[in-house]
Amino acid sequence: MEESSVQQAHVHAPPEGFLRKYVFSLDHKMIGKQYFGLALAAVFTGMVLSWLMRIHMVWPLAKIPGLDLISKAGAPGGIITPEYYLSLMTMHGTLMVFFVLTNAPFAAFGNYFLPIQIGAEDMAFPRFNMMSFWTTFVAWAVLMLAFFIPDGPPISGWTSYAPLSAVGKDAGPGMEYGMSLWGISIALFCIGSLLGALNFIATTLDLRAKGMTLMRMPLSTWAWFITSCIALLAFAVLLPACILLILDRHAGTSFFIPAGLVISDRMQPHSGGSPLLWQHLFWFFGHPEVYIAILPSMGIVSHILINSMRKPLLSHKVVIYSMMSIGFLSYTVWGHHMFLSGMNPTSALAFSFPTLTITIPATVLTLMWLGSLYGARIQINSASLFALGFISMFVSGGVSGFFLAQPSIDIYLHATYFVVGHFHMVMGVASLFGVFAATYFWFPKMSGRMMNETLGKLHFWITFIGTYCIFMPFHYLGLIGNVRRYQSFVDDFMQPYIGWHKFITICALITGAGQLIFLFNLIYSRFKGEPAPQNPWNATSLEWTIPSPPPWNNFGDKHPVVYHDPYQYGVKGSKGDFVMQDSPEQVIVSGD
Amino acid sequence: MGKLLAIVLVIIALASAYPIVTHMFVLPQDISTHGHAIDEQIKETMLEAGASFIAAQLVLAFFVWSFTGRKEGSPLKNFPGGAKVLVVAAFVLVGTEILALGVLGQKAWATVYFTPPSAGAIQVQAQAEQFAFYFRYPGPDGVFGAIHLDKIDEGNQNYFGLDPANDVAARDDIVSGQLVIPVNREIQLLMHAKDVSHSFYVRELRIQQDFVPGLDLSLHFTATQIGRYEIVCTQLCGLGHYNMKAYLNVMSQQDYDKWQKEQSAQ
Repeated sequence: MEESSVQQAHVHAPPEGFLRKYVFSLDHKMIGKQYFGLALAAVFTGMVLSWLMRIHMVWPLAKIPGLDLISKAGAPGGIITPEYYLSLMTMHGTLMVFFVLTNAPFAAFGNYFLPIQIGAEDMAFPRFNMMSFWTTFVAWAVLMLAFFIPDGPPISGWTSYAPLSAVGKDAGPGMEYGMSLWGISIALFCIGSLLGALNFIATTLDLRAKGMTLMRMPLSTWAWFITSCIALLAFAVLLPACILLILDRHAGTSFFIPAGLVISDRMQPHSGGSPLLWQHLFWFFGHPEVYIAILPSMGIVSHILINSMRKPLLSHKVVIYSMMSIGFLSYTVWGHHMFLSGMNPTSALAFSFPTLTITIPATVLTLMWLGSLYGARIQINSASLFALGFISMFVSGGVSGFFLAQPSIDIYLHATYFVVGHFHMVMGVASLFGVFAATYFWFPKMSGRMMNETLGKLHFWITFIGTYCIFMPFHYLGLIGNVRRYQSFVDDFMQPYIGWHKFITICALITGAGQLIFLFNLIYSRFKGEPAPQNPWNATSLEWTIPSPPPWNNFGDKHPVVYHDPYQYGVKGSKGDFVMQDSPEQVIVSGD
Repeated sequence: MGKLLAIVLVIIALASAYPIVTHMFVLPQDISTHGHAIDEQIKETMLEAGASFIAAQLVLAFFVWSFTGRKEGSPLKNFPGGAKVLVVAAFVLVGTEILALGVLGQKAWATVYFTPPSAGAIQVQAQAEQFAFYFRYPGPDGVFGAIHLDKIDEGNQNYFGLDPANDVAARDDIVSGQLVIPVNREIQLLMHAKDVSHSFYVRELRIQQDFVPGLDLSLHFTATQIGRYEIVCTQLCGLGHYNMKAYLNVMSQQDYDKWQKEQSAQ
């Protein structure tokens, strides 16, 4: 058979030895877990950074014990300086956007489950796969190094606007070596992501099992596939942008620096560059990046929701086409980050319409989820709670996009907390809800043990209510004109609202602490959890046809053959109300 | 637990709407001639986005309430009309919504960006630098002196690099740390960045525009209320960003003329 001969070519020998098994592994499952571990380290670091920022914002003189050991200049005596606030903010954004929101839903779960869901034994290029993880790991290490050098981390935000980011030490603390580390780290991250995206695409197109047509792929796999197509184009633009930035900083070029700049009383030896060029390149990546973060969660949530509803979504195809349209449109809207950047004001209108148009496929998706809940038999567990919470968050974060897509409103709301609330909810929290749902759903398969449901539900309630308490007030504060990226609010008009900022800080501390329950649950269940059966959720896709955890070559010596669409729920099957994808039995639709 | 989720969703929807409905957070007073259109647009959008938000959360809550905890054998149903009805609804409802918002919203944008300043507009040059704004008026001769980058000397308060010794036009230029303007007169702000990107944001004026190094931009507006308002930088510009602010001082025409005279005399 053709499929199996293609597959044979990619099979590698069972891994032997500690290094090959756990460190330089070629196994997509181990690589997926490595990505997950890296994302976990990054998300807890990022969370602590946000705690520090929130604490400094409302209690600027608070002493943080031990912080002066990390940065003497940034936190003398443990008291955070205003400059160090900007460092914390830059690192928080960079860690969260790149190392959490890109790594966790896409690289981690995609690596682990995409090959299994299509019936493959591994990725198309296992060695590339190992390389993409380790490149990403080095990228993370280079970024973290910035905390420990005397210069400190950069202060120019995760968007690193030029010329501030391009002129070197004249731009302030952290902008000499810290900023260079940022540039190198993100360039490496791009390389890792490009390799990963190529691998996902090749695997999806070439390694599907017999009978696994494209339309029979589960929605999670579809989402990872579409995401890798987006990532391939997006990171291919950010990589050269980072290279140009590094050249401007170290090789005397002037891609992003115009003539005639006097910074720190020094005439800058540059001419001919354009700060807007950086913004265009950055946002050409930056906006699709938002969808790189959220699309995998859309697919994961669909996959989990269907399982907990015990019936398929109203239309498999509509969901796929909506995700594709979102992916395509994501390339036409980057200018909405630049309405007030000095870009030609006519182009603002040209960017505004596709931005508003993206609401249509997003609404279609939301209605597909909502409409499918009607008449379902929804089963509540930690995974489905997070999946339902995702819908709520996605809507809440999505509707504020209506405001920001309009250039005239952006004149007032740009650079306020309204924007911060918007993107935290829709790309941050919603996407993380997808990751949490995925963890509770797939942990049994990955570890062979069930997670603790009581702790999982407790984690859900704290996170769900907590994140609303944190990010809803951001929108209100934005409406009164509370600007972002300020370390304190000393203005008279802000005085009546300091209480709200204190409330947000307290909620952030509690919600963050709630994440420790998740961490504990992960570690505890890994060792002490109840042993997981092969198919604990009575699910239909191929990952549930193999043991938990799967053997090194996924399907053993068998080559799975697929007979059905991915979601045969609510039918009369031999095992219950579902028929698995690889089961040759006929699907009998149960009467209404 | 499904029922609990439904209740929490309803509480979230209502609690989120409460501060908006009760006007706990209102936009600051609008002191511009064009701001009204922006405020209207925000109100209109709040209505549509708010309705979508509440409707979606309530429907989610209702379905979660109704369809959790059902017995194993209870029949599955499909949404009446299926996917087609919902796709059509999304296209029609959201399509109209975005067309309406998109088209209406251009009005406010157009008054700020597509209408040139009137011939009588007062020209003021604004320079943004780490971490201050400086404003320059051409003085009685109506001509700005040329900028000489090598003459910039912060210590001697020569922020613009003027050369009054050799440049006649520069001699009567007025340089100020605050933006002083007469009420009900159109102002054309000529925006110049000395070092990195900054932004000019006055909440009450409903104006926000980046300063871009190497790109001299111009902005025009009319303030309609006498008073003192805060100008803040909203583009991250370095370690003192949080401290970068100035004041907009809107005066009566008489007071403005007096101020100009006083400044010229110095």
